[in-house]
Order: sequence, then structure tokens, then C-alpha cells
Amino acid sequence: MTNQWTDIGQSDCVLIFGSNAAENHPIAMKWALRAKEKGGKIIHIDPRFTRTSALADIHASLRSGTDIAFLGGLINYLLEKDLIFKDYVLNYTNAPFIVSEKFDFKDGLFSGYNPEKRAYDKSSWAFEKDEKGNPKKDVTLQNPRCVYNLMKKFYSRYTTDMVSDITGTPKEDLIKVYEAYSTTGKPDKVGTILYSMGWTQHTIGTQIIRAGSIVQLLLGNIGMAGGGVNALRGEGNVQGSTDAALLFHILPGYLPAPNASHDSLGKYNEVFTPKTADPMSVNWWSNRPKYITSFLKSMFGENAKKENDFGYTWIPKLDVGQNASWLFLFDEMHKGKFSGLICLGMNPACSSPNAGKAREALSKLDWMVNMDIFESETSNFWKGPGMNPKKVKTEIFLLPASVSVEKEGSITNSGRVLQWRYKAQDPIGETKTDGQIIHELYVRIKGLYEKEGGYFPEPIVKLKWDYAKDGKVDFHAVAKEVNGYFLEDIAEHPVDKKAYKKGTLVPSFVFLLPDGRTSCGNWIYSGSYTEAGNMMARRDKSDPAGIGLFTKWAWSWPVNRRIIYNRASVDLKGNPWDAKRTVIKWEIGPDGKGKWVGDVPDGPAPPMGLEGGKYPFIMKPEGVAFIFGPGLADGPFPEHYEPLECPIEKNLLSAQRINPTVIIFKGDLDKYTTCDPKYPFVITTFRVTEHWQTGLMSRYQPWLLEAEPQIFLELSEELANLRGIKNGDLVLVSSPRGKVEAHAMVTKRLKPFKVAGQTIHLIGLPWCYGWLVPKDGGESANLLTPTIGDANTLIPEYKVFLANVEKLPEKKPVKPEEKKGR
Amino acid sequence: MAELKSFFVDTTECIACRGCQMACKQWNQRAAEKTYSRGSHQNPPDLSYNMWKLVRFSEVAANKYYFFPDQCRHCLEPPCKMTAESLGSKAITKESTTGAVLFSPKIKVKAADFKKIREACPWNIPRWNEKSEIMAKCTMCFDRVKEGLLPACVKACPTKAMNFGDRSKMLDMARNREKELKPMYPKAQALNIDFHQTIFFVVDDPQKYHKFAAAMNTAEITRMAAIKSLIRPLLNFAHFVG
Repeated sequence: MTNQWTDIGQSDCVLIFGSNAAENHPIAMKWALRAKEKGGKIIHIDPRFTRTSALADIHASLRSGTDIAFLGGLINYLLEKDLIFKDYVLNYTNAPFIVSEKFDFKDGLFSGYNPEKRAYDKSSWAFEKDEKGNPKKDVTLQNPRCVYNLMKKFYSRYTTDMVSDITGTPKEDLIKVYEAYSTTGKPDKVGTILYSMGWTQHTIGTQIIRAGSIVQLLLGNIGMAGGGVNALRGEGNVQGSTDAALLFHILPGYLPAPNASHDSLGKYNEVFTPKTADPMSVNWWSNRPKYITSFLKSMFGENAKKENDFGYTWIPKLDVGQNASWLFLFDEMHKGKFSGLICLGMNPACSSPNAGKAREALSKLDWMVNMDIFESETSNFWKGPGMNPKKVKTEIFLLPASVSVEKEGSITNSGRVLQWRYKAQDPIGETKTDGQIIHELYVRIKGLYEKEGGYFPEPIVKLKWDYAKDGKVDFHAVAKEVNGYFLEDIAEHPVDKKAYKKGTLVPSFVFLLPDGRTSCGNWIYSGSYTEAGNMMARRDKSDPAGIGLFTKWAWSWPVNRRIIYNRASVDLKGNPWDAKRTVIKWEIGPDGKGKWVGDVPDGPAPPMGLEGGKYPFIMKPEGVAFIFGPGLADGPFPEHYEPLECPIEKNLLSAQRINPTVIIFKGDLDKYTTCDPKYPFVITTFRVTEHWQTGLMSRYQPWLLEAEPQIFLELSEELANLRGIKNGDLVLVSSPRGKVEAHAMVTKRLKPFKVAGQTIHLIGLPWCYGWLVPKDGGESANLLTPTIGDANTLIPEYKVFLANVEKLPEKKPVKPEEKKGR
Repeated sequence: MAELKSFFVDTTECIACRGCQMACKQWNQRAAEKTYSRGSHQNPPDLSYNMWKLVRFSEVAANKYYFFPDQCRHCLEPPCKMTAESLGSKAITKESTTGAVLFSPKIKVKAADFKKIREACPWNIPRWNEKSEIMAKCTMCFDRVKEGLLPACVKACPTKAMNFGDRSKMLDMARNREKELKPMYPKAQALNIDFHQTIFFVVDDPQKYHKFAAAMNTAEITRMAAIKSLIRPLLNFAHFVG
């Protein structure tokens, strides 16, 4: 989130798009309702009319996977009618930048496409540079190749007629939404976008979010109270796990993961430290060397020395061009390339796309360790449907883990707030916390390396690992390590000329050094646990600004800033665009010197219109937000492409039916179809309030199960009539990958779409069930989903594919035991 | 005497997350029922001996989806209690400080008597266990309230749908909400506000939310309250509202 949960309540217009907030994020909905109480509007865009739509002022449905068309239409509407926030767009975005003459876009393809590699050479997407190397600008916006004009031309194709034809959204509904949301382009009106898996889980997911960001920039809604682009994260600490680099392509704090070509720390810093010649740009990532060195010191302690590149060679390197995301991991596993898997609190047998393939992949392992609070479809995959236990070689180890209330530590919520949690009771029985299990595992592995040697033992044996007291992990010690220490006495720190003592905690990442005199496990968390105490444990509910910042409640990264990019919330002289919701303000004190008041600003420098002023978007070397974004795999402007599996023969906008840069898996089990009469319906998968992710934690809970006991298929009355299906009937849902039985939920809340003159039916299936428990609950919807991901992130396209549905004779769903040995 | 308590249930704030339904089960330790996917999110299908708080789902039209977190209304003059008394049973009491209407977890009630008690309730709340012959329903979390805590369902509610407090305050909330929303929703109304201590607020015909959302023939209840001694159970009350 750019903003905070509490901040949603400040908004004039809450656009919930690609999210079912009321069902999956009830607390987000609480704040959306606060905004409504104050006269704000709630708009919900979703294929289904859900509990969120029920509370919204406006609901518009769209065919799943057509979000860019919908948003492209909005961008076109704003530009055509000139409803944008001009001062903001001109000064705080790259709208005036001039793009290279070589850049082109034709019939769905940007310049530089290589069909064999399914990838772009992005060199033609560059900006023209002046003699200093800074991007050329035309602030009059007359140049036809400035971003503004390229964007205007690009989205002129997204007329409301065209958009309605693609999305299936009635034209009057589109206009109703466009009209309502465009009112937030006024400086004192602010709109927020809340999104979640409905945006991310598509082959064009990243570009959907970019399209939303462009809308927010055109309306001047970034950096503002009640604005922003806000991802509602699906799990309490998933923001924390991303920050801590759960993903393959990053190190903690979003430092890029090195590959084999980055063979020294010098090379790493050279490649990953952006430069700018513009004195008005803060270019925050120029600090990269401080963060990577402090990280290495935190990893390897005394063993990290200048002479050995601070242990840089000991951290893992990807192969050049390697993608090690989930789909590839399971593809490789399926090919027998892995011997073992440690599965921590995850249930890939139900959560993986094409779950049948994932289950088969698990059977190719020699061993698997499961750390979880219950047995799962993953830990028990070898005795699941279609498996012959005698033929599965995988040896399974089940390590019982303690639950959240049995452990102390921090969690980071969607709004980047780190909150310290206390243990309510000791872990029961022989269960242990995840941290304790990892600690004990480490100690034993290290012992084996020390005793037996082995290939490349340094990453393990040289690790600094001093978090345990009497064999028990002290999570405060871990949190302090994450914050970072001064490792030597510093007589005069370059930042503030003050002295700092060896062994004390650094006050914030501003004090980190590139020379090995500081450590920090995760630079963005630096400042969370300082000499002043555990900031994450703060529980002060005061809100002096009165706009829901709650700056003394716990601690948010970075440096307790509650709304990021907040320098964009003021005009060039530092006066708030919206004085009734002041986030920050430049004030001249009695000494004649100016300073920021309010939230922690994005850097102390004056606003960009004053002497010594800096641009607002400090993470970008150019200092402004990117409307034209030349960094992504699939293009600098978000373009609509159809999902991998779609019901219409051609993309109405171009000759490119699907995202041209998406990676196609070609294994025997990676089956796809399109425009297939055998699978005529668009299907989407979703969660319900009552079950948690794959349902492993909730399906054992009788009261939750009582409320949502079995898998169901939502379908329209029209489709039910067509197929002779009545409410509650048992139906078979099939895709090229698998079959799932479900009970029909015939509903008014789904309506057929009119797409390109065709009637398209959309059905929906929750993915929170599995064969293990309850016995009559039904199977995972992911047996149906395709092996395909977003072109940039590889997040699977769970949200749209093709399926068929047919009525089954009435019976209880087949119990898994009866399916055994098939 | 302290002021009576009341619930104010604002259905315009209800997101049907069923936090109240779960919290009720948990605090009161009611067993789960065996349920099936039956073509509605409303599950279990109805209130029961173990089900005191149920979020009812109503699909009125393609763009109208109403939620009604049903529970006992805790009447000022409870017809169930009058009926029980007329049958010589002390199974139902009205607690004097809060006004909570309580079913005894110990006193048995015969099937025929229970039938009369249930029919007396215009909101179709009383439930009964055939085996133990004990009645059960929402207790207003009397055990929590007397310790100064909120009822479990109110505590769990993430929005402002479930509210609880002194009756005058809840009545004010209901009246203010009605005033506020009437211009936009001409049918905005607090239901049976003078009769009980669970005040539901709706913005459409009450029957579109739930068949027993409101008692239509309130004159009947008034008359009944006035002539307590002449109890005649409101036989088949449903037809007044249905």
C-alpha cells in the first residue's frame, strides 16, 4: 500500500477494483464504510455482484481478465474530456518527457519484439537525453513524442464502445463509473484504489496495476490522504514476507538478487546503483552500496571483511536469465530436478495452479519436510486421490509448528506497519515456533558441515547466528539485527557529525555506511528497533493531524512514513493541494528557515519549486512518477490482451490475442485451450470470508465449516436454465487440466456478458477446499487452473480460464477413499 | 434502576462477514451443525437450539443483496414469557437490569408448550432441543454484559452494524440513521422500535430481508401486553407478515 488501512476512511471515492474487500478484507471494508459515512462513494468493479457490491454505491461487472480495457477506457475518458490534474501531471510525472524516435506501437506489439524469444529488446523505449544525460522534456506538451501525446494516442483506441465490447460492461455502467471517479481529479478531491488478487492473478497482472497507477497519477491521487494505489494483502504478514525477500528475485529490502554475472560486490554496485546528473533528483537508490554492505555484515558478522567483499561470494546467485518463481520450481520438480522440499506453512497440493501437476511433482521428490499446524493435502499427498502409496517414493517428515498466538514477533500489514505481537501462551505439546525450528535445523546443518566438510560450506559455517539464548531463539535479538547496529565507534558520523558507540542500534537507515562499520538485516526496517526501544510495540492511538495517520501506533517503513510519495501532496512551494487533509506542509519558522510539518516527508529537502528543492518521487533517478514505464517485460504502456484461455477468437484491439511476452509451459500436463466448444464458459476462482487460503486452518474449525461446508459453483440463472441445473444440484466442472464436483449456487448476482456480439457466461468456484478434510467438502478448484503466469511476476492466472459445467445425477460427492487406486 | 440495554443493528453497515455468528458460537460454546452446500451462503439454514445468531442472506435482485444478522429481539413485554407463564412455566425470565429475556438452561418444557411459546414470538426466535426438552436462544451475552463487556457479536463486528448500549442511546442512533437515510431511501426504517431491545434498521421492505424481520401487526402485541392475563398465543403469526 502507498497509504494505510486507516487512510481509506479519508477518501472521497473508494474504487474497489479486482478485490472483494467485504468478504476477504473485512477491515478494509470497515474503512471504506467510514469514507461513505462522510459522504464518499464506494465503487466496486467485479465480474460477480458480491457482499462488497452490496455495500457499494455503484457496481459494474466486467468479464474477468479485461481490467486493462476498462482502465484504458477511463484513461481515454480523462484525456479526451481533459479531466486530469494538470499541475500535478506536468510537474510530478514523466508526461512531458520525450520518447525516442525509434519507439513505435503497431497492432498490439511495441517496437523491439522478438517472436522466437517472446521478449522485447527495450532499447527503443528510451527517453531522449540532453547533453548532460537528463531526459528531454516539453513542458508545453506540444511535442508529438512526449509521453502525454503518446499516451493520448495510445488510449484513443479505448473508446467506450470498444471497451464495452471487450469487457461486456454495459456502456452506461462504464460511463457512470468514469464520471464518478473522474471527479477526484480536482486538487481537493481524492480517490483511492483498493485492489487484490483480482488484479494480480492474470497474465497481464502487473500491467493492470500500472494502468491503475496511471489513472491515479492523472488524477493527482498519489501521495494524498485518502488516495494511493493500495494492495490489500491476502495474509496477515505477506507484506512482511515480501519485505524480507521471500521471493527469488530479491534480497531483503528489495535489493536485487544477484546473478552469476555479478561476480563481485563492486560489479553488483555498479550494475544496481542508478545514477542521475540532475541535481534536483534525490535518486534514493544511489544509497544501494550502504544497504548491501550492511546486509552482508548482518549475515556474516566478523567474517565479512573488506578483503573478502564482505562475504558477497557466499550469498546465492541465480544463473543468468534464470527465473526461479513458483511455476518454474514445480515444473523443475516435476522433471525430477529436485531431491527435497521444505514446505513451511504452505499447501501447494491445493494452492498451486494445475494442482494435479503439483501433486505429481511432489511424488518425484526423495523427501519433503512439512512444517505446519495440521496435516494437509500436501503432507498427505501420497495417499490422496489418484495416488498409489506403494509407488510414491517421497519420504515425508512432519514438523508440528506452533500457531500465531504461541509466538512473539512482528508482523507487517498491508499498510507497511510493523506491529509487535506478544505470545499468549507457550506452544502446546512438542510444537515449536517456525523460528525455533529453523534455528535448530541450522545448528545441526552447521554441525554436519563442520564435522564432515562438504562442497562450499562457507555460506553456512560463516553465517553470524547469535539469536539464541540457552538454545531458545530470542526474537528481540533478531529484530535488533534487522534494524542494524553500529559495529565500531564512530567519532563523527558523516550524516549528523555526532558520535555513535559500537554495539548501539542505528537510529535509521540514513546512518548506514558502505564501508562495513554498520550492519542491517533489512534497510527498510531500520528504525523499527532503536536505542529508544521497540518502535513496533508502540500503542499510542493519538492522531494529532486528524487524518488517520496514527504516527505513534507501532511503526511503518520507511522511517515511520505513513503515506509514501507524500511530497506529491503539495504544490511546488510546499502548500498542500488539499488543505483539509494536509499530509505534509512546508512552513517557514520564526528564524526564516523552512521545514516540513506533518507526516515524515520523503526526504527533508525543500519542495521542488523552492531553492535547493527536490523532485517528489525520490526512488526514481528522474524524480518523477512514470506514466511511460520502459522497465517492464510487456511494454511501456498497459495494453489489453486476452487471457491465455479466452472465449473469443480474437482480441478486438489487435492481432495479438494473448500477452506476447508471457512464458508458455509445454509439459504433458500443461494443457491449454481457447475458443473451445468443449469448455465454453469463462471461470474465475475466489476465496470466501469463512475459509483461509486453501482452507487448511479453517476446514478443521467446525463453526467455520458449518457456515461454508462444501465447494459450490456460482452460476447465473440464465446458464442454469441453459444446462438444466437447479440450485443445490451436484455439477461437474471440468477444464483441460482436471475435474471438480461442486454444488450449484444459482444466483441473480451473476449475469451473462455481451462480448463482441456473443453471449459469454461466467462461473465462479472457491479454491478453499481439499480432499483431506472434511471428507465431503470437495476438491481444490486449482485442479482446473492453468500453468501460466504474469509476464513480469509469474503470478499464476488463477482468475480466468475456460471450463465446462454439467449436471450430475444426485449423490453425495465421492469420498476420497473410494477414489484411491484409480 | 439503571437504564435497560439495547442492540442497534444497522443492516446498511452489515457486510455479512459472519463475525457475529462465529463470536456467538464461540462465547456461548454452541456445537456446530452438520450442514451442506445448498445453493445459498446462508448456513446453517435457520436458527436452532445451537444457533442463536444467524446472518440471513437475501438475493432480492441482480443489484440488491441484503443481509440480516438475526437474533432474539429481547422484547420489553416478551410474548414468549407471557405465554410460558400462562402455561405455568418459569422457564422464561426477563432480567431486570439489562432487560435480557432469558431461557432457563435447566427448566424443561414439553413439546406442546414449546410450540405455543414459539408461535407467540412474532420474530420466530425460540428454539428447543427435543432430547433434553430445553429451550435456547440469544442471551444478550448477559454473562458478559453484567461484567461490563459488550455482547460477543457486537465485540466481533468490524463495521458499525452491531451496536449495543443504553437503550436511549441506541434509540437515538436508530432515529438519526433514519433521518439521515430517508431522503435517499424512502423505506428507511427502524423496525418495531417501541416493542423490543434489538432494533434493526433497514432501507427497504423488511420482508425483503427476512420473512420475520418485522412484526407487522404490532397492535396485536400491544393488546397482548395490555391484557397479560388473557394470553392467547398468536397462532400462526406468520401470516400477518408473510
